[in-house]
Amino acid sequence: MYREMLTIRAFDEACYEQFRSDPSMGYAGIHAYIGQEATAVGVCSALRKGDKITSTHRGHGHLIAMGADPKLMMAEIQGKSTGYNKGKGGSMHIVSFELGILGANGVVGAGIPIATGAALAMKQKQLNQVCVCFFGDSAANEGVFNEGLNLASIWKLPVVFVCENNQYAVHTPVAESTSVADISVRAVGYSMPGVTVDGNDVLKVYEAAYSAVERARGGTGPTLIECKTYRVMPHHGNMPDYRPLEEKEAWKAKDPIKRFEEFLTRSGLLDQGKKTAITGEIADTIQAAVKFARESQWPDPKEAYQDVYA
Amino acid sequence: MSTREITFGRAVAEAIQEEMARDENVIVIGEDCWRALEEDPMHPKYARKPHPRIFNTPISEAGFTGAAAGAAMMGLRPVLYFLMGMFMLSGFDQAVNQIPKLRYLSGGQAKLPIVIYTANGTGMRYAAQHAWSLHPIFANIPGFKIVLPSTPYDAKGLMKTAIRDDNPVLFLSHFLLEGMKGNVPEGDYTIDFGKADIKRPGKDVTLVAISAMVDKALRAARRLERQGIDVEVLDPRTILPLDKEAIFGSVEKTGHLVIVDDAHKTCSFASEISATITEEKFNCLKAPPKRVAMADVPVPFSPILEDEIVPTERKIVDAVKSVLNR
Repeated sequence: MYREMLTIRAFDEACYEQFRSDPSMGYAGIHAYIGQEATAVGVCSALRKGDKITSTHRGHGHLIAMGADPKLMMAEIQGKSTGYNKGKGGSMHIVSFELGILGANGVVGAGIPIATGAALAMKQKQLNQVCVCFFGDSAANEGVFNEGLNLASIWKLPVVFVCENNQYAVHTPVAESTSVADISVRAVGYSMPGVTVDGNDVLKVYEAAYSAVERARGGTGPTLIECKTYRVMPHHGNMPDYRPLEEKEAWKAKDPIKRFEEFLTRSGLLDQGKKTAITGEIADTIQAAVKFARESQWPDPKEAYQDVYA
Repeated sequence: MSTREITFGRAVAEAIQEEMARDENVIVIGEDCWRALEEDPMHPKYARKPHPRIFNTPISEAGFTGAAAGAAMMGLRPVLYFLMGMFMLSGFDQAVNQIPKLRYLSGGQAKLPIVIYTANGTGMRYAAQHAWSLHPIFANIPGFKIVLPSTPYDAKGLMKTAIRDDNPVLFLSHFLLEGMKGNVPEGDYTIDFGKADIKRPGKDVTLVAISAMVDKALRAARRLERQGIDVEVLDPRTILPLDKEAIFGSVEKTGHLVIVDDAHKTCSFASEISATITEEKFNCLKAPPKRVAMADVPVPFSPILEDEIVPTERKIVDAVKSVLNR
């Protein structure tokens, strides 16, 4: 878990670093996952091989938590032929069926009905699998949220809806856009359990996800989990950031990686030596990913005409 | 009237602000919609408090698009703002099956003076879901007027006309135009719908270009001039209504037609113009018209792949030469 959280952060920091240092990389703008690492890792740790996820425009964290290779991710983000999607998708659309990643998605809330449908197939084919659907606080104000959760409930589907409440819809704060303080209370309307957890506490997230995943696998139906967290970077790339400084500072104190480190240290599972070693290994992995992406070939322009139809 | 150089986005914002000052029924609705006005959300006018005529919404496109229809039927004049055109698709039924049809269905009772203001198009490495041009889809729906300006000057004048129009108007900017600078007068002026603008006169071939493609067409025309080909670049500015007479007049003069449209080629607006000229002015044509449009594949992310499928200066030059058989 600790390793994965560090990898996610290092990966998105490396993305940012590349854009800062090399203007020619500007095309590959990203929605950074920095600050939300405990949610992706806590949830995905509760999954087994064969389980699936749907992700969002801010999906790098979910993908790494599902075991995605930073090399192939970085290549995709740079539009290279070696990327997960052969350069066709870019940062917002990474897919790996092999790893159970049905797809990051560029449309807010679009993953909700897709995950519901995937869970329908899992039930129909008796696959004993679970689909986790990640979405943001904003998606909970979309029509598909109502439709998807209702369907999943009436059909008792093995799906877990994970709402990452990172407090903002681009520039609009959640309190201005949402009728309830805790999005999880909306679960009542769909006759499913709803729980709000501290999304920056990886163990709390894991605990909630574990029971929801087991409930789904047991055939009892879906759960709505709301993870309260905070997006550290601006919404996208170097977009202007209008959030109050005090607010950002207050969330910095709740940094999920720092908190988990403190926990591991207190429990005698981590010391400075181990920490340095792990950080060093991850830095190497990320550096190798950047190098791999940089050195990878661009796609052949004719590749643009492939994959339109099966 | 004094003019100064401002961006396309600023020109539109100015038009909306001036119309809001002129008519208290004009409201703005949308996600982070203060951006349509190019305002800072922390500005005292907007800072995290309700504004009487600016309705910042949750991410609820079907909800607020339909709400604009309701508000319009009650006499308000909403400017419905989407940061990106594709966000509108999450409220598609309200946008295409309610707004443009309610007047007709009500036997002329309802009036829906709504302006949908958004940007779309290719060239920004946004990939398939974010990067495409929506005007052909909307042009297939009677009830809309569709505005596709190509300069800041046209944008301001056309936005004012759009807000004053009693019908639903889709006002489409292009991602490549938002930061484009140009001379724009201060204060009030309007540009009529259905009036094309000859952006460059010429006698050998008519090049009809839509939205951001006008700039590419002008660059291609300059390149062709050096090769002894005199290109007329015509910007329809609105495609519904379409200034057919202007296109006919130009083609009667040149006998050759190339249309550039940043939309997928099949059923693009270039197809519509090509069909219209073939149907109505076949005898003026010395060669079949040619469309330079986007390939019929979803827009790929990788810069090298996107550049392969979109209309480019080179493709326009080649198309012009091919209709002239040169």
